Amino acid sequence: MTDTPTSGLSNVETTVLGADEIILNMGPQHPSTHGVLRVKLKLDGERVVDSECIIGYLHRGVEKIAEHRSYQQFAPYVDRMDYVAAVSNGLGYCEAVEKLLGAEAPPRARVVRTILTELQRIASHLLWLGTHALDIGALTPVFYCFREREEILKIFEKYCGARLTTHAFRIGGLQYETYDGLEADVKRFCDDFTHRIDEYETLLTENRIWVGRTKGVGILSAADAIALGVTGPVLRASGVKWDLRKAMPYAAYADYQFDIPTRETGDTYDRYIVRMQEMRQSQRICLQAIENIPSGPIMAKVGKVLKPPPGEVYHSIEAPKGELGYYIVSDGTTQAYRVRVRPPSFINLQAFDKMARGSLVADVVAIIGTIDIVLGEVDR
Amino acid sequence: MAPVPLDNELVQHLKAKFGDAIRDATLDRKQAIVNVGAEKLREISRHCRDEEKFDMLVDLTAVDWPNREKRFDVIVILYSFARNERVRLKAHVGDGEKAPSLCEVWPAANWLERECFDMFGIVFEGHPNLKRILLPDEWEGYPLRKDYDILKQDTAWVRENLGIESGQ
Amino acid sequence: MGHLIPPSILPYVLPVIYGVVIVAVLPLMAGYIVLLERKVMADMQARLGPMRVGPHGLLQPIADAVKLLLKEDIIPEKADKLMFWIAPLVSVTMALVAYSAMPFGPAFQIADLNVGLLFILAVSSLGIYGIVLGGWASNSHYSLLGALRSAAQLVSYETAAGLGLVSALLLAGSLSLKEIVQAQYDQGEWFVFSVPIGFFIYLVGSIAETNRAPFDLPEAESELVAGYMTEYSGFRWSLYFLAEYANMIIVAGIATTLFLGGWLRPFPHFSDHLPGTSVEIMDGLPAMVFLGVALYCFWLAPKQPVKIQKIVMATVGGLCIALAGTMVAALFGPEGVRLGVYGGFWFMVKVMGYLYAFLWVRFTFPRYRFDQLMRLGWRFLIPLALVNLIAVATAKVASQEWGWYPRITMILATIFTLGVALWLASRDAKQEPAVEAAGGD
Repeated sequence: MTDTPTSGLSNVETTVLGADEIILNMGPQHPSTHGVLRVKLKLDGERVVDSECIIGYLHRGVEKIAEHRSYQQFAPYVDRMDYVAAVSNGLGYCEAVEKLLGAEAPPRARVVRTILTELQRIASHLLWLGTHALDIGALTPVFYCFREREEILKIFEKYCGARLTTHAFRIGGLQYETYDGLEADVKRFCDDFTHRIDEYETLLTENRIWVGRTKGVGILSAADAIALGVTGPVLRASGVKWDLRKAMPYAAYADYQFDIPTRETGDTYDRYIVRMQEMRQSQRICLQAIENIPSGPIMAKVGKVLKPPPGEVYHSIEAPKGELGYYIVSDGTTQAYRVRVRPPSFINLQAFDKMARGSLVADVVAIIGTIDIVLGEVDR
Repeated sequence: MAPVPLDNELVQHLKAKFGDAIRDATLDRKQAIVNVGAEKLREISRHCRDEEKFDMLVDLTAVDWPNREKRFDVIVILYSFARNERVRLKAHVGDGEKAPSLCEVWPAANWLERECFDMFGIVFEGHPNLKRILLPDEWEGYPLRKDYDILKQDTAWVRENLGIESGQ
Repeated sequence: MGHLIPPSILPYVLPVIYGVVIVAVLPLMAGYIVLLERKVMADMQARLGPMRVGPHGLLQPIADAVKLLLKEDIIPEKADKLMFWIAPLVSVTMALVAYSAMPFGPAFQIADLNVGLLFILAVSSLGIYGIVLGGWASNSHYSLLGALRSAAQLVSYETAAGLGLVSALLLAGSLSLKEIVQAQYDQGEWFVFSVPIGFFIYLVGSIAETNRAPFDLPEAESELVAGYMTEYSGFRWSLYFLAEYANMIIVAGIATTLFLGGWLRPFPHFSDHLPGTSVEIMDGLPAMVFLGVALYCFWLAPKQPVKIQKIVMATVGGLCIALAGTMVAALFGPEGVRLGVYGGFWFMVKVMGYLYAFLWVRFTFPRYRFDQLMRLGWRFLIPLALVNLIAVATAKVASQEWGWYPRITMILATIFTLGVALWLASRDAKQEPAVEAAGGD
C-alpha cells in the first residue's frame, strides 16, 4: 500500500534506454486524451512498464484569481474548471461559502439545486459514455448520448440562459425562480430516459467485444484506491461503498431514496457499470424531487456585500467525477484570502500509473477514458 | 462562529502520544483543526492513518501568511471511513524550511506536494520526484505567494518559449 | 455482327469491353459506396449525413475525388521512393485484376476460368504485398508495425474464410464460378441454407480480410500505433482507399456467388406465371418493386419543404420508373438480354445486401484489440472452419454413398458444428481473463 511511485520516466532524456524499451509519447494533441493531456509511456514490446502524465497545459491560475475577486464575482470561474459538469462546481462553491458565512439556503432552493445537479450528473456521465465508447471503437453510442445530453442542456438554457458554463446558483440560494414547465420538462426527460439507457446497455453491456476490451483492464484494488485518494465512481467500482451524498448529505439529498452502486473488481467494465447505474439512480432522485418542490423564498438573507468572519472551512460534494472540495480561508474582507479547489480529476489521474502498468498499449486509451478526467479541473 | 478550542478524544490521544508537537486544536465552523509541529508531521500522519483510522488523504495544500515568521501553513485534510469524520492538520513551515513529505504514508500526496512546491515553493523532504507539475519546469517564481503579483509572469520564459512579448 | 470483326480478335472484343467498363465504373462505384456508408452510418446514428454537396450529398464523392487529386503529393524524406510509389499500385492492381474472373451475371464475365475461385482468392491475397510494402516504404517504425499487424490479420482470416468457402465448394463440385451458380440452380437451394456455418465463417473472415470494423485496429484513428496508410496523402491514399472498397466488393461478390445464389433469383424453380401473361411472378417482381418505390417518391415529393428537394424526389421517382421500364422491356427482349439484365439486377441486390451487413456491423460493435483479434481467428474461427469442413464432407458422403436423405445430413452437420462452436466460444471466454489478470496488479 505504501508503494511510492518511481521517478523513472522523468530522467529518461539523460539515461540510456535498454535495448527493448521505447518511449511512446501521447502528445497533448491526441483524439483520445480528452483534453490537453500528455502521457509518456515506457514500453517493453506491447506492455507498459512505466508511465508519466504531464499536465498543466490548461492551467489558468484560478486559485490566484479567487484572491482578487469578491465571493460572488468568483462564482462564474468555478464553472470553467470541470466545464462538462458546471452545475456541480457551482453547487460546491456556493455551499462552501454559505458554510463560511453560517448561512443556509432555503428549502426550495435546496431542492431545485438537487434537481439541477442530478441532471448535470446524468449529462456528465453521458458525455463520458459517448467518448469512452468512441475511443474503444463503438462509433454509435456517442451520438445517442449527445442526443440525451441535448435535452438536459435545453432545460438548463431555459432555466438560467446558459448550456455549458451555467452559473446556475448564487451564494445563499438561487437567483432565478424555476420557469413554468420545469417539472414537466424534467419528468418528460426522466420518463424517456429509462428506455434510452436501456438502449445503451443493449449496445454495450453484454457485447462480447466490449466486455473483452474492458474486463480486466486497468484494475485498481480498493486498498490502492484509498491510498491514492481516489474518489467517485472509480472508488465505488473498486469496492468501497462510499458516496458523500449519503455519508455527509448536503443540499436536499437526505430526503431522497437512492442506492449507491458498487462493484468489486475495479476494472474498466466495473467503472462502466457503476456509472450506468448511477445515471439510473440520478433519474430516480430527480423524479422524487420534482414530486414535491417546497414553496417559499429562493434566496437566504445574506446581504449584497459578503464579508464572512475570519476563519476557514472545507466543504465537499459528490461531483460526477469524485469528491469536489473547496477549502476557503477568509480574512474578514470581501475577497477570499485563499480558495483551494480539491479537484477529483487531478487526484484520480494519479492512479493512472497504477492502472496502466502491465497493461497493453492498446488499453491505455481505455484506461484514460475510464478515469473520466476533465483537464479544466486537473489543471485549473 | 469564531473558532473555539477543541479537546475531544482524538486531540487527547494525539497529545498523549506526541506531547508538544501538538500545538493546539480548534473547532472552526464545526470542523476540527489540529495545529502540529512540522517536524513531526509525518509521524503524526502515520499515527492518524494507522491508529486513528484516518485512511484517506483528502487534500494537501498550503496557505501563505507573509507577515508571520513562518509564513506557510501546510494543510493536510484527512478522512476516516470508519468514523465518517474529517480532521485538518496544520503545520507552520517557514520560507526555506523543508516540510516532511507524506508520500510514504499516502501515495496520493505525490502530486499534491508537487503542486504545493510549484505554487508556493515549499520543499518536501523525502519526495521522490519534486518538480513542478502545473507550470513549465523552467518557470521562475511561485505564483500563489502573496508577493507574486496577479499580473506577473515569467516573461523571459514566455518570450523564449512562446515567441511573444508577454501574455498580457 | 460477327462478320464485321476479323475472327482472330472476335473472342477478345467482349472481354475487353467488359474490362474497360469495370475499370471505368469501379472507382465511381467505390465512391458511391463510401457515400452510402456515410448515409447509412448517419441513419444509424440518428443524423443525416452529407447533405450539402449536391442534393442529399449525391455529389459528395465527386467533391472528395477532386479534393484528393488536387492535394499536395507529400513523400517522407527518407522514404524508399520506388516502394512508396509502387505499394498503392500493387494493392489497386490486384484488386482490379481479381474482377476479371467475377461473374456479374450469366454473360457478364471477362474470363470464365475453370479455376475462377482459386484465381480470385490468389490474386486478392497478393494485395497484402501492397500493405506491407506501404508500411515499409514509409520509413516510420510505427507504420511498419501497423502494416505487419494488418498483414498478419489478413493472412489469418483469409485461412479461415478460405476454409469456409471450401465447405460450399464441396457441394458445388467445381471451382468455376459459373458452375458453382449452376450447381445452386440444380440443387434448388442456395448454399447459405445448406451450409449456414460456412457462410457465417466466410462473413466474419471477409470482414477481417478487408480491414473493416470490428477488425480495423490497423487503421483506427484513436489508437496509438499508426497504420500503414499514415504517410500517404492525396492521390496515393485514394488508391489504397479504392483498393479497400474494391476488395469489399470482391468478397461480397464471392459470397454472393458461393452462398447466395449468384445471379439466380430467389426461388429459381418457382415458375408460376402472372395471370394472363407469359411472365413468371418472380421475374415481374423487380419491376413491381421499382414501380412501388417510384410511386412512394412521387407521393413524398409534394411534402418536401424546399423546392429543390421536391425536384430531387421527383427525379428519383422518374429514375425508378425508367428502371422499371427497363426491367419490363428486358422481359420481352431476346433471351440473352433478359437473362443478362435480370441476372445483373439480382447479383447487385445481393452484393448490396452483403455490403449493408458490413456497414451495419461497423457501426454497432466496438473494435477488437489486436491480440483478441488474433485469438479469435486462430482459436475459434479456424478450428470451427475445419470442423465444419469435415462435417459437411461427412454429410455429403453419407447422402451419396449411404443413401441418407441429403437435407437431413446437412442439418445434422450444421447442428454438430454449432455445438462445437458453442464449446469453442465458452472455452475462449474462460481463458481470456487469465491473460488479462497477469498484467494487473
